[in-house]
Amino acid sequence: MALRTSPEVGGMGHSIKRKEDPRFIRGKGTYVDDVQLPGMLYLDIVRSPHAHAKIVKIDAAKAMAVPGVLAVITGQDLAKYNLHWMPTLMSDTQMVLPVEKVMYQAQEVAAVLATSRYAAADGAAAVEVQYDPLPVVVDPKKALEPGAPVLRTDKKDKKDNHIWHWEWGDKGATDRAFGEAAVTVKEDIYLPRIHVASIETCGCVAHFDRVNDKLTVWMTTQAPHAIRTVFALVAGHVGLAEHKIRIISPDIGGGFGGKVPVYPGYVIAVAASVLTGKPVKWIEDRMENLQADSFARDYHITAELAAKKDGTLTALRIKTLADHGYTDAAANPSKFPAGLFHVCTGSYDLKAAHVEVDGAYTNKPPGGIAYRCSFRVTEAVHTIERMVDLMAHQLNIDPADFRMKNFVKPEQFPYKSALGWEYDSGNYGGALKKAMDTIGYADLRREQAEKRKRGQLMGIGISSFTEIVGAGPSKHFDILGLKMFDSCEIRVHPTGKAIARFGTKSQGQGHETTYAQILAEELGIPAQDIQVEEGDTDTAPYGLGTYASRSTPVAGAAAAVAARKVRDKARKIAAYLLEVAEDDLVWEPGKFSVKGAPSKSKTIQDIAFAAYTNHPQGMEAGLEAVSYYDPPNLTYPFGSYICVVDIDSGTGEVKVRRFVAIDDCGNIINPMIVQGQVHGGLTMGLAPALYEEISYDEIGNVRGGSFIDYLVPTAVETPKWETGHTVTPSPHHPLGAKGVGESATVGAPAAIANAVVDALWYLGVRHIDIPITPAKVWKLLREKGVTE
Amino acid sequence: MLVKLSVNGEKHEANVEPRLLLVHMIREVLRLTGTHIGCDTTHCGACTILVDGQPVKSCTMFAVQAQGKQLMTVEGLEQNGKLHPLQEGFMAEHGLQCGYCTPGMLMTSYAFLKKHPKPSEDDIRWAISGNLCRCTGYVNIVKAVQHAAAAISQGGA
Repeated sequence: MALRTSPEVGGMGHSIKRKEDPRFIRGKGTYVDDVQLPGMLYLDIVRSPHAHAKIVKIDAAKAMAVPGVLAVITGQDLAKYNLHWMPTLMSDTQMVLPVEKVMYQAQEVAAVLATSRYAAADGAAAVEVQYDPLPVVVDPKKALEPGAPVLRTDKKDKKDNHIWHWEWGDKGATDRAFGEAAVTVKEDIYLPRIHVASIETCGCVAHFDRVNDKLTVWMTTQAPHAIRTVFALVAGHVGLAEHKIRIISPDIGGGFGGKVPVYPGYVIAVAASVLTGKPVKWIEDRMENLQADSFARDYHITAELAAKKDGTLTALRIKTLADHGYTDAAANPSKFPAGLFHVCTGSYDLKAAHVEVDGAYTNKPPGGIAYRCSFRVTEAVHTIERMVDLMAHQLNIDPADFRMKNFVKPEQFPYKSALGWEYDSGNYGGALKKAMDTIGYADLRREQAEKRKRGQLMGIGISSFTEIVGAGPSKHFDILGLKMFDSCEIRVHPTGKAIARFGTKSQGQGHETTYAQILAEELGIPAQDIQVEEGDTDTAPYGLGTYASRSTPVAGAAAAVAARKVRDKARKIAAYLLEVAEDDLVWEPGKFSVKGAPSKSKTIQDIAFAAYTNHPQGMEAGLEAVSYYDPPNLTYPFGSYICVVDIDSGTGEVKVRRFVAIDDCGNIINPMIVQGQVHGGLTMGLAPALYEEISYDEIGNVRGGSFIDYLVPTAVETPKWETGHTVTPSPHHPLGAKGVGESATVGAPAAIANAVVDALWYLGVRHIDIPITPAKVWKLLREKGVTE
Repeated sequence: MLVKLSVNGEKHEANVEPRLLLVHMIREVLRLTGTHIGCDTTHCGACTILVDGQPVKSCTMFAVQAQGKQLMTVEGLEQNGKLHPLQEGFMAEHGLQCGYCTPGMLMTSYAFLKKHPKPSEDDIRWAISGNLCRCTGYVNIVKAVQHAAAAISQGGA
């Protein structure tokens, strides 16, 4: 995209430095734990050591004797206000504090309120809870077997642990295609539980002001407006009305989906503040964060892919078991219990597909959120990219050639997928070719062949993913009934500077910079002269928040539309000032000039001043606009990644030698920020591919519940990412942009897994579930007779 | 217990519980909130400060152990309104996103560059391997440290 503004204005395409950075590099950000109010109390939480147990007795006497402890709050206390249960985003129910039994290890059992952080912790350690252990169900397959203990005894009519069945696509056509197929491949693919592990954990400071009857909550949330409405709906009966609730989402130390849900700790802190009239701080520690906050993935997938003899793909069939823990607290749009998993036909022109997903309850923490990805899209991409690779290897066709042959072609867009999505734009072959050229694909294949002769294990893996982001069009997308629009409100001040507020909330993505650049592009006001604010529900327009790569596709579009409304009014004022008809004016970023007489012009700053000092009679003063943007379609970013791995046959360690990522996110707002998003996303793709997993033993003890054994990659494991772009604008987005924050997380794991299997295919290895740990590879190698 | 120490060249004293973690003293007693907390097992490095010039994870040291020591936190990097080359480097190279790990990264890198003014990329990666970042993928953090090393060798600080 050609640059339309100067570097000084800093519109789209300029890598301007971030407006957020000056405070962060000085340690002057304000994160939730930095909020300290006079008289503030602290909350600490007692958690269950059992995965499933009746609560016989909670004895608070010793805790109450700890100096500084003011109260021990239990489920019985909350039950008096009917606040011991709360709804989940998927219209299931979740305990705030239990009355009868606990359902997973580390579940909240009671809360201790004290005058200091340390006293609260002492109090929590002194609460004595007597449990009566119950049978634990960890495996979702066993959970669905007849005779399995029914976990949700709170639901009167519930006779099993099955949550829902969901299916999509044409089953008949798919089965027929499989019947006619010359070649089919089938594989079980497990995508384990993982955790976003943002470096800042979750927490809040709740302050109920009894004089003004107003609740202010500073909290780590990606969706402050929706949270306000949820609080009003859940606690309206105890007097919390929506205009008396203010949610402030301050600087957020990483979100990645983990700061979308409402956790019990928030609700208890709010209740404690309302009851005491004092500010209450709750900050979870890392182990609480990993063990109790929402998990991602945990999909047990069985996939089948069908092809003709010549390698033309025809159909995809998927059955999946989704382990949701003890409640369905996934963060999906209401109509999509399995998120957007049915984008699983990926970048390929399949004629038929059918997907089934069943949800199951187990004795594990709830969740089913994203891990830096749009709703269940990594699950979809990993499945199709593994299956396509499997088919290519099965047919002995190079995986790159095989993809090229089966891609949806550029001339097929807008493309209706077999599962009903309308892909907006794409050039999949272009991205793959660029990735192959960048990495030197042919040379690598030669090197691999030579190394194999010497017994050295080297693999090359490709992932050509298609994402689906920017939820979403209101006819299909809502969360608890709230349509998934987003918003921007712009006010241009008399001196030509501006403030813009949004319904989203950055967690590090750099919105203060990129939104200012969009407005600079549309209005010609320098990005430096535009202040961007988000996260305060008393000031910002309503929006659904930042997740699923929706900020640029939805709120970014709202910024463009609102700016164009401002420009429309500016045109009227310019016409008045220049004494010409509106049609006689030509716009270039920053000014209107008279057609044929370019010296006669008014800058946007001139016009802004006139809007308050010399506006036309009959026109309202001021220069401002608001847009609530309802996207006509989702956007479909895509890319091709190629990964080279070397495997140490002695230790089983996989080393990523090179990784080339070619992304296409449409038109780019700030190339520096986009590259940074891709770097970070790739690292969060590497992490679950090789290192991260939260698993449970047979009695529900969590493994991977601290940074001791939940292995977030450091700078040493992380390769030097090589990035590049192709640009295929979205035809329906006002700026032609698509969103980029999550593409790399979605696309990278399959490239790595495909590379490892590529290295080991000749030994008879067909699939390895991620994370591909040295232990797994070592064991496989020994089974295949590789001794060193 | 009475603790006397110096932070960023300023003397402080406070009466604290013997078990008070140094990071809590810095953040909640001295109200220097640039030093962050990201874990409870000394892995993430968000709380890294300098104690007598050595990088230390301040969540794993008691305040009383800092008795008489010279501490430096992220707030001490900027001198007389002039940013440290590391701060400049992190901004120039887009070495931060959410900013939460950044103060720890800066302090670790500061101590590292004092000892290794001309590091290789590998040296830098090992040096910051006790500091976790979830946003950047480290590539630009490495570049930021290189940026600072170059600026310092040209007499920047």
